[in-house]
Amino acid sequence: MPLTPHLRRLEAEAVFILREAVAEFRRPVMLYSIGKDSSVMLHLALKAFYPAKPPFPLLHVDTTWKFREMIAFRDQTAARVEMELIVHTNEDGRKRGVSPFTCSSSAYTQAMKTEALRQALNEGGFDAAFGGARRDEEKSRAKERIFSHRTASHGWDPKTQRPELWRIFNTRLGAGETMRIFPLSNWTETDVWDYIAAENIPVVPLYLAKERPVVRRNGAYIMVDDERFPLAPDEVVESRRVRFRTLGCYPLTGAIESEADTLEAIIAEMRQASTSERQGRLIDFDESASMERKKREGYF
Amino acid sequence: MTAPFIADAETLAKAQPSRPRPTLRVLTCGSVDDGKSTLVGRLLYERQLIFDDQLAALRSDSLRHGTLGEEIDFALLVDGLEAEREQGITIDVAYRYFSTPARSFILADAPGHEQYTRNMATGASNAELAILLVDARKGLLTQTRRHATIASLLGVRHIVLAVNKMDLVDYDEAVFERIVGEFESVAASLAFRSVEAIPISARDGDNVVADSANMPWRDGPSLLTYLENADVETDGGDAPLRLPVQWVNRRSDAFRGFAGAIASGRLQVGDEIVAAASGRKTTIARIVAMGGDLFSAAAPDSVMVTFADEIDASRGDVLCHPTNRPNVADQFAAHLIWMSDESLLPGRSYLMKINGRSLAASVTDIKHKLDVDTGAKSAAKTLSLNEIGFCNVATAAPVAFDSYDENRTTGAFILIDRFSNATAAAGIIAFPLRRATNIHLQEQSVSKATRARLKHQTPAVLWFTGLSGAGKSTIANLVESKLVERHAHTLMLDGDNVRHGLNKDLGFTEADRVENIRRVGEVAKLMVDAGLIVLCAFISPFRAERRMVRTLVGEQEFIEIFIDAPLDVCKERDPKGLYKRALAGEIKNFTGVDQPYEAPEFPELKVSSAERSAEAIADQIIAYLEANGMLGV
Repeated sequence: MPLTPHLRRLEAEAVFILREAVAEFRRPVMLYSIGKDSSVMLHLALKAFYPAKPPFPLLHVDTTWKFREMIAFRDQTAARVEMELIVHTNEDGRKRGVSPFTCSSSAYTQAMKTEALRQALNEGGFDAAFGGARRDEEKSRAKERIFSHRTASHGWDPKTQRPELWRIFNTRLGAGETMRIFPLSNWTETDVWDYIAAENIPVVPLYLAKERPVVRRNGAYIMVDDERFPLAPDEVVESRRVRFRTLGCYPLTGAIESEADTLEAIIAEMRQASTSERQGRLIDFDESASMERKKREGYF
Repeated sequence: MTAPFIADAETLAKAQPSRPRPTLRVLTCGSVDDGKSTLVGRLLYERQLIFDDQLAALRSDSLRHGTLGEEIDFALLVDGLEAEREQGITIDVAYRYFSTPARSFILADAPGHEQYTRNMATGASNAELAILLVDARKGLLTQTRRHATIASLLGVRHIVLAVNKMDLVDYDEAVFERIVGEFESVAASLAFRSVEAIPISARDGDNVVADSANMPWRDGPSLLTYLENADVETDGGDAPLRLPVQWVNRRSDAFRGFAGAIASGRLQVGDEIVAAASGRKTTIARIVAMGGDLFSAAAPDSVMVTFADEIDASRGDVLCHPTNRPNVADQFAAHLIWMSDESLLPGRSYLMKINGRSLAASVTDIKHKLDVDTGAKSAAKTLSLNEIGFCNVATAAPVAFDSYDENRTTGAFILIDRFSNATAAAGIIAFPLRRATNIHLQEQSVSKATRARLKHQTPAVLWFTGLSGAGKSTIANLVESKLVERHAHTLMLDGDNVRHGLNKDLGFTEADRVENIRRVGEVAKLMVDAGLIVLCAFISPFRAERRMVRTLVGEQEFIEIFIDAPLDVCKERDPKGLYKRALAGEIKNFTGVDQPYEAPEFPELKVSSAERSAEAIADQIIAYLEANGMLGV
């Protein structure tokens, strides 16, 4: 299926951004989070550098609480694209037993995602990291640059962002500073799914509806993905036909009831949707400006 | 101005709703409180593009931060940053995305406050159409004119004048017509191709998505209908080919692909093309793509091409057809929008990024400053934050470019401050300067190397930098005596002496200090060409200027010697009594007292005059020159 002019323009822009970063930075890395946005970003990277392989490794920050199907898909994908995959876990957090069941979601995110990411970027000596975030996801992201500067401690200061004119990116870094780069900044959720369909990009099957074991908790369906899930006395595991609009750590990711078991059905369902995709993300609801605070501390 | 006000019927007749129009990039701008964020929120709400969970968050935010009591405050939907919500203003450009069956839109919502004008320019740089909001009660404000001027300067050619808050003027047609009339006279001096005026109420939705029952006198489309049909076709595909090389793919010895985004025009396999800077010609052999090679491509595609011949092209080169080439020059005239808290210093070396290439550049002359509120031009010595000036710019090497009017990609650049790494300015190229294209360097039959050989030495600049009283002149004098003993040919340029002659017209302001060093650098370069070892003793407090001289003279021939002494020691010595006078407030801009000294980061030599005698240091410098084979060649 040929791309619409709209998708073709978005693709050309993302390819331009990927190449620009490779031309300007010493050691870039691609944050690969296994979800649909990462799948699209990886596909764009394969296109941007063809016939060469993308000249950077993939990095997955593994909280140890991802869906098992995500981990399987991750390893298959790395093998399929023949790229180096770095998997990093915050070992200190693991030893302390930080888990979404024992900690508040913000403390858990701080330790197993934000801190883990800092560790991985420091250990790898990376001066630039690609992320699949989109501006339409969240209010503070709507104001973030495509090339987003980070201090030596990986912090983001929204008030001193560099003006970003045309497509001329200021890529200069001071000692220890890094850049986060978002090739999908101008994409919407609909664009991502339309592109996946048009380009036939593999995605984790969790996006498609299937009978899955879930419990009802805090108004959301949470999938019981492994034996670590502690059930409350009044909770019952039931089998429901569900799918996920967004993927993260399974205890923090709400499923929606759905019959959509094909890509076409997902797209049709999304066009009817009355809630945003991040609604399934339990970590965003701490407070209204919580994403901005996390990002200032270095969260992607 | 070519076509002032396009009739609505004509615009609509051209529209073809059956075929989706290309994505429209829209900027919303106007003075603070004119209701930009409210309008954007309203557009999204009316199109049912706000999800239930977002609406729930909005309701609770409206009660906490909103200004409309129980009602939903749509501005809070887009004012996403905490500081913005606290202060009730928009600080940064926010991007919003929405689609209708007819078209996809990217909205950039720009801040209205004057101190964020640079962000307004950022939003305008990628926009094809601007919605300029005006509060019907207030009419055109200074900031409205400013935004219209910036939009025009940055190449936005289509304007919607949205006269908002019509509900607060009883939907009065006369008020609307008066504002439209005022804007016509503002637009007369700007470069818009179309202007459409629409009376609206963003808060209540009148004429935003559907026609307003409150304004039956209005005969024309609603804002959304107009945007869906607006024809902003650029001549992208028909314009001359410009393909800036972004990255060279050397997968193996056999494969060399040149990657880049086509800025304008089209190309196909077999086309003869030229690398603009070198003038080397070749033919497009392949357009490589993952799904299979392409036969042709057009703007705005990102492509990877291979050539039939091995020609050298690298990042920053611009590929074009031989019959229509960009300018290649090292001097041009450009508008600069100053974006840094630190003011422009003519002569200072900045880093320019243009068509992917980074190189040294400086502003040689500010021809005038533009008052965007009145359109008046005035003389200026510097540009401060948010000011716009028309300048002559010189680059360290010739670069390929077009005028911005012809090409919004190859006619644009940014300037970066070398030390803070901040984006200092946005540049919009007007035209190449004749003297750059017509003056070729005089070829000389006796070369620098010949002159140097005759003197049995390697010419160089010994640049002594440090605080006043650190001992620069004393040490330089000793070094020169020792060099002359060795039959070396030397020349001494000393700060105080130069200021009595060559630079007696200069003072001690930051701008004058820059010019002082620039002139000394040029003289030193001439003396190096003459084959001399030139000793320069100057406080030269700024890294940027020392770097400028280093670039001018050449890395190989510039030896930076940092005479390091603690400020207290220098004050104690105070050989000319200057510190005493500066501390008493009699001398302004004195380094170390009320002006900073930026110590060299990587000097060739660093010596401490507090710990060792001048004689010992002079010997150390001579030893360095001998060790590097610069004497007695």
